[in-house]
Amino acid sequence: MKTILLIGATSAIAEELAKCYAAQGHRLVLWGRNKAHLESMGKNLEVLGAGGIDITEIDLDNCEQHAVALKNTVSEVGTLDLAIIAHGVLPDQSVVQNDFQQIHASIHTNFLTYASLLTVLADYFESIRSGTIVSITSVAADRGRKSNYVYGSAKAGASAFTDGLRGRLAPSGVHVVNIKPGMVDTPMTQHLKKGLLFASPKTVADGILKAVSKKKATAYVPGYWRLIMFIIRSIPESIFKKTNF
Amino acid sequence: MNRFQSWGRFPNADHEVRALRWLDTAVPEAGGKKILPYGLGRSYGDSCLNDGGTLIETSGMNRFILFDEASGILRCEAGVSLDEVLKLIVPKGWFLPTTPGTKFITVGGAIANDIHGKNHHVAGTFGCHVIAFELLRSDGDRLICTPDSNTELFKATIGGLGLTGLITWAEFTLKKVNNAWIEMESIKFEGIEEFLELSEDSDDDWEYTVSWIDCVAQGKGMGRGIFMRGNHSPASVLSRKVHEDPNVTAPFDCPNLMLNSLSIKAFNAVYYGKQRTKKSRTRVHYDPFFYPLDAVNDWNRIYGKRGFFQYQFVIPFKGGLETMNEILRMITASKQGSFLAVIKTFGSKSSPGMMSFPRPGITLALDFPNRGDSTLQLFKELDAVVDAAGGLLYPAKDARMSSEFFQKGYPQWDDFSKFVDPNFSSSFWRRVTKQL
Repeated sequence: MKTILLIGATSAIAEELAKCYAAQGHRLVLWGRNKAHLESMGKNLEVLGAGGIDITEIDLDNCEQHAVALKNTVSEVGTLDLAIIAHGVLPDQSVVQNDFQQIHASIHTNFLTYASLLTVLADYFESIRSGTIVSITSVAADRGRKSNYVYGSAKAGASAFTDGLRGRLAPSGVHVVNIKPGMVDTPMTQHLKKGLLFASPKTVADGILKAVSKKKATAYVPGYWRLIMFIIRSIPESIFKKTNF
Repeated sequence: MNRFQSWGRFPNADHEVRALRWLDTAVPEAGGKKILPYGLGRSYGDSCLNDGGTLIETSGMNRFILFDEASGILRCEAGVSLDEVLKLIVPKGWFLPTTPGTKFITVGGAIANDIHGKNHHVAGTFGCHVIAFELLRSDGDRLICTPDSNTELFKATIGGLGLTGLITWAEFTLKKVNNAWIEMESIKFEGIEEFLELSEDSDDDWEYTVSWIDCVAQGKGMGRGIFMRGNHSPASVLSRKVHEDPNVTAPFDCPNLMLNSLSIKAFNAVYYGKQRTKKSRTRVHYDPFFYPLDAVNDWNRIYGKRGFFQYQFVIPFKGGLETMNEILRMITASKQGSFLAVIKTFGSKSSPGMMSFPRPGITLALDFPNRGDSTLQLFKELDAVVDAAGGLLYPAKDARMSSEFFQKGYPQWDDFSKFVDPNFSSSFWRRVTKQL
């Protein structure tokens, strides 16, 4: 039985992941903003076979709480084996691009909170010299695009931070996985028109599970996004700037 | 492809969709528009559609709440599918109290349509096994409905087609089993009379009975079919293996000409001929026994873009043989019937559901590719015969019956309408409650 910390646990992807881990009998620690939702989720995970559930109500935007929350969690449940950071917001580009306050909020949630959480998790796992950190970023991190650069730039920050941390923690035997989901059919994307490229949270969770168990450094989920993003990155900027990506 | 169609893909409807994920969420404000819960969209006609209104998608509200493994009582959110339930309960030695021919429906949908299965003659409908549920009304009231509290709403909601409010969670009893396997017998029969004899002989000793019937063969072959009966295997040494997810998907909308009367005739002849002997015995896993069509994702697409109808009625036993033969004559002469014709007898166990469809008698369900007016005309003629025999149609399968026929078959509809939430409605409900 492993002890797994899910940060932003009520996100659709994190919940699917939690269901898979629960069915394998692992103990799950759920961090999220809404206690009632965490409790609904926790009951389900218990029925599915989780080896234990621990709930922490936390506003992740408040970075000052991160270190204390982790300390409390560890004193409550003991050693962590795996921590997954999964929260995020998807701003509407056309609405926020002229409003720095909203841009600031997006960058805060999608990048700065990741930087803070990754830092406290790195210190913790480094001290116990084992464990895995999973950081869910996005394919949007791979290239600034006019349709989504507010979100994409924050995710690019989180992505670079994650990749850099991997090198720092390697000597301690701590592994860091950067997950780049493509478009996922979740409440976060409910307002978007769904095309063929949308994957279900379950598909994405399966991809993450595989990436973690195979100790991948970076995983695009589903895998075809690696090719798509390779093509998108390869388009010369002189052409790219005229497209609507 | 519009995700919010019914299974028959007819009629088309435009919706605003709100997805629900959490039990404590309020019924969405619909701004004067009518709302309707939508589970997995396996109702065939328009009872899961709400043209011009709002659908509340419930399949994201799919968490278990409590599973008492000792007593076999399960409480879960209403968007949980029977597929998910089976994956949980079968390894622990439990099974669904009753199940329709697909596991891809939600628990909320099972209650709202008061679904029935191959064990109706012993177990009744799904509603017979419901202990309690919470009903969220559009005024924000949350009512715990049981046979003893909010009794009227309990009865109105079972078989209430999602119109009485949103079922948020439900608790129901399971059936104890030793393993995942069914001991099954298949027996060829030559006509309705023999089918009825087999049903009568099997009702006491066989928990599950259902028959495939050839709705294409005319003359001497008319009414031939295969009677299938099964019991949960008592063997304690067999596995409790759960089913696997389907890995075949109908790849595209088949061109209409693929399903012509010749291909259907060939299918029926092969299906009947496949079984050489009069009677065969096998042990099968529950998945192919209950859910043969679940093996192909989106199988409804084989009927092409125009979609299809399913016609399901029940007629009383008295005079049933003659009526059924007349109906078969009409269907075979029309050359419109399709692969999937299923016939079964219902038992006398009555459901608490006020608008429940099953009642003692013979029920026949079969698919018809949508060929437009000629198909609708055939249904009208069939309605007249079913009506004259004192029968009625199953709302979950219907996209076209007249309001007159509905109101005659369900005279309690007027009483029921008092329990309909003022902000809830469906395409079906508006159609069948039209003033005569």
